[in-house]
Amino acid sequence: MTTIDTSASSAPSAGTGLACVGDWLTTTDHKRIGRLYLGGGGLGFLGAVVVAVLLGAERISTGSELLNGNSLPQLFGFERFGLTYLGLAPLIIGIALAVVPLQLGARSLAFPRLALAGFWMWLVGAVLAVYSILLNGGPNGGNTRFVELFNMSAVLVIVGLIAAVVCLATSILTTRAPGMNMRRVPYFSWSVLIASLALLVALPVVAGDLVFTWIAYRYPSTGNVLSASTAINDWVGFGFSQPTTLLFVVPVFGFFAETAASATGRRLAPRGILFTAIGLVGVAMFASAVQAPVTLRPAFSALDLGDKLADLVPFALVHGLPLLGAFVAFALVAKNLASRPAIQAPLFFGLFAALLALTAAAASALFHIGDAALAGTTFEEGNWLMVVFSGALVAMGAVAYWGPKWWGRTMPNKALLPLALLAFLGAELATLPLMIAGFADQPGAIFPAIGTGSDAVVNFEYAGNPSLWNTVSTVGLAVVTLAVLAFVALAVRSFRGDVNDPLVNDPLVNDPLVNDPLVNDPWNGQTLEWATSSPAPGNNFAEVHIVASAEPLLDLRVAEKSTR
Amino acid sequence: MHALPAGPVPAPRRQLFVGTALTCAGLAALLGGMMALYLRLRDQSLAASGHWLPDGVEVPMVPANVMLCAMLPIAIISQWAVYSAKRDDRVHTGVALWLVALLGVAMINAQVNIYERMAVPATGETFNTMFYALTGIMVALFGAGALFSAVTAFRYLGGRTADRELVTAHALYWYFLSFAFAMLWFVIYVTK
Repeated sequence: MTTIDTSASSAPSAGTGLACVGDWLTTTDHKRIGRLYLGGGGLGFLGAVVVAVLLGAERISTGSELLNGNSLPQLFGFERFGLTYLGLAPLIIGIALAVVPLQLGARSLAFPRLALAGFWMWLVGAVLAVYSILLNGGPNGGNTRFVELFNMSAVLVIVGLIAAVVCLATSILTTRAPGMNMRRVPYFSWSVLIASLALLVALPVVAGDLVFTWIAYRYPSTGNVLSASTAINDWVGFGFSQPTTLLFVVPVFGFFAETAASATGRRLAPRGILFTAIGLVGVAMFASAVQAPVTLRPAFSALDLGDKLADLVPFALVHGLPLLGAFVAFALVAKNLASRPAIQAPLFFGLFAALLALTAAAASALFHIGDAALAGTTFEEGNWLMVVFSGALVAMGAVAYWGPKWWGRTMPNKALLPLALLAFLGAELATLPLMIAGFADQPGAIFPAIGTGSDAVVNFEYAGNPSLWNTVSTVGLAVVTLAVLAFVALAVRSFRGDVNDPLVNDPLVNDPLVNDPLVNDPWNGQTLEWATSSPAPGNNFAEVHIVASAEPLLDLRVAEKSTR
Repeated sequence: MHALPAGPVPAPRRQLFVGTALTCAGLAALLGGMMALYLRLRDQSLAASGHWLPDGVEVPMVPANVMLCAMLPIAIISQWAVYSAKRDDRVHTGVALWLVALLGVAMINAQVNIYERMAVPATGETFNTMFYALTGIMVALFGAGALFSAVTAFRYLGGRTADRELVTAHALYWYFLSFAFAMLWFVIYVTK
């Protein structure tokens, strides 16, 4: 049975100054809570990507000393933790919180106060984590007090994220509009449900291991393996690498499908298989249950059948099924694009993000094949950055796509299209060279040390001629940073600027039919969020809609055409 | 012009129950992951040095077994609360909820007793850290459970007798805790 929450969210603030700030700090409106996560995630992403650029520049030449060698462990730790848990995770969760109840036709999020409390936990944890890393804490840190503080704050960050995913999953399971059974849930909401359930399994395991190391650092001892200097690397590293990080980008495929359906104006088919494929990507959650890399041993072909099966079955579960799911989801949606879609910028963000996520899933599987001998190299780093940038691209696309529902204005298609391309090219430039350099055995990041790269800090100045790859990668990182900054500037100008500005309310995108039920639908969307006004009111919908198919607004258009 | 059909606002349905179930799933992943690492490090330690428990430490089985046995009445009494709530029996529901809260506090008391009798220092071997982390989280979950019972009792006795879903969600949480403690009991106190 499907239901809808009747509790009204807080009305948008009419006040200014402190009253407005107070409204934002205590809001129960899911659109605001989502934007709080988005804002925090954006800041976290930009801060960490700047550090990534600095680390890349340091790598270009073995002779330069742009950064203090002693600070490298902290910077690698900050880059990894920052981009994953302070950037990628809140960006995706923020989008989901702001959009999913609208898609479900619900008037509010389930447990909005829990979601808000989750944001504050995440924020406090994020600030403390950055502070501890700056003071020689964090992974591979030298000051045990601040390593301990980092562990505690990382637990806080993860608990905040878990609170948000519980709200999301509960919303999707219990607050759907009448008639919206699980097969009629929009693609994006379905992918959010899969990601939420998978993260609900994976993140607590990471948090549990952080609790162990936190207590071990609080009461250190030489006989305790959990308080060793590499303890976070050894026991929690899996939470910062693939395939665990892939779980954050499961909604990428839902967003791609959503934008493809809008752009083509068709029902994507076959819906059931697409749902199954997105679900398979979530199977990567079992990697966290193992708490260690799941690999095929070197000289795999020489193993006897029993050993082969012992390696192959978990490998297929943790790497094979998610890769298969990502491939099928991508292929099914891409196949629908053959019918000449409208040129809409969010579609390109979705396409590029899904392409990155698919490549990342394939690269993750390749990395865990022992015979590829990629452990301890920059391949894993490139793979991880690909996941992060996939999330960043989809966050930008989602802001462009659903921004009208939050701010009541659109972003210009013509300016967004080159930004999407620029961000994608930057992401490819930043990641592929690192993966290629991995094949040339360039030592990988210090944290998390996957395989034999745990002494990479010693080997930071390596032999060979990898300067070209490192230069290209650093340029790619800088391009991504610039693309994100340009997107933020464009978004601020579009959503907050003068309505007469050509960069506001793009006439190419806005629907010209005033007083039409679809007037608030700039993309010819098919799902319920486009049935309410832009911006959506505090309780989302003036009345409860009854849904009779997965694409209710497309049905309306078909009915309109048939009566004309 | 066509428009989406509108209908009456349906009542919220089992949101609290589903939310509690998802929270329990997350807690199961937390405890399961921690116990898995405990068993892995225990195996490694036994293989390397032949011992896991620090020298001179003995696990007091009596309070641990009493805790395990107490989980059964807790589960039954929390179901008694559900049964009574469905029949609008405020007195029985209230008694059952307060009994569960009391037993939750008693579980914390028993765990503290185990701490005192084992006298394991926080600083020391890997076992020490893992023992305190795992049992400490369990104590926190018992505390949260006792609080859950008290809040449910206050709300129910305060007049919100139609809020039966909260009582059901409360029972689900205690069923989960019973199962989780049974696992912990086997891993920490039996397997050692």
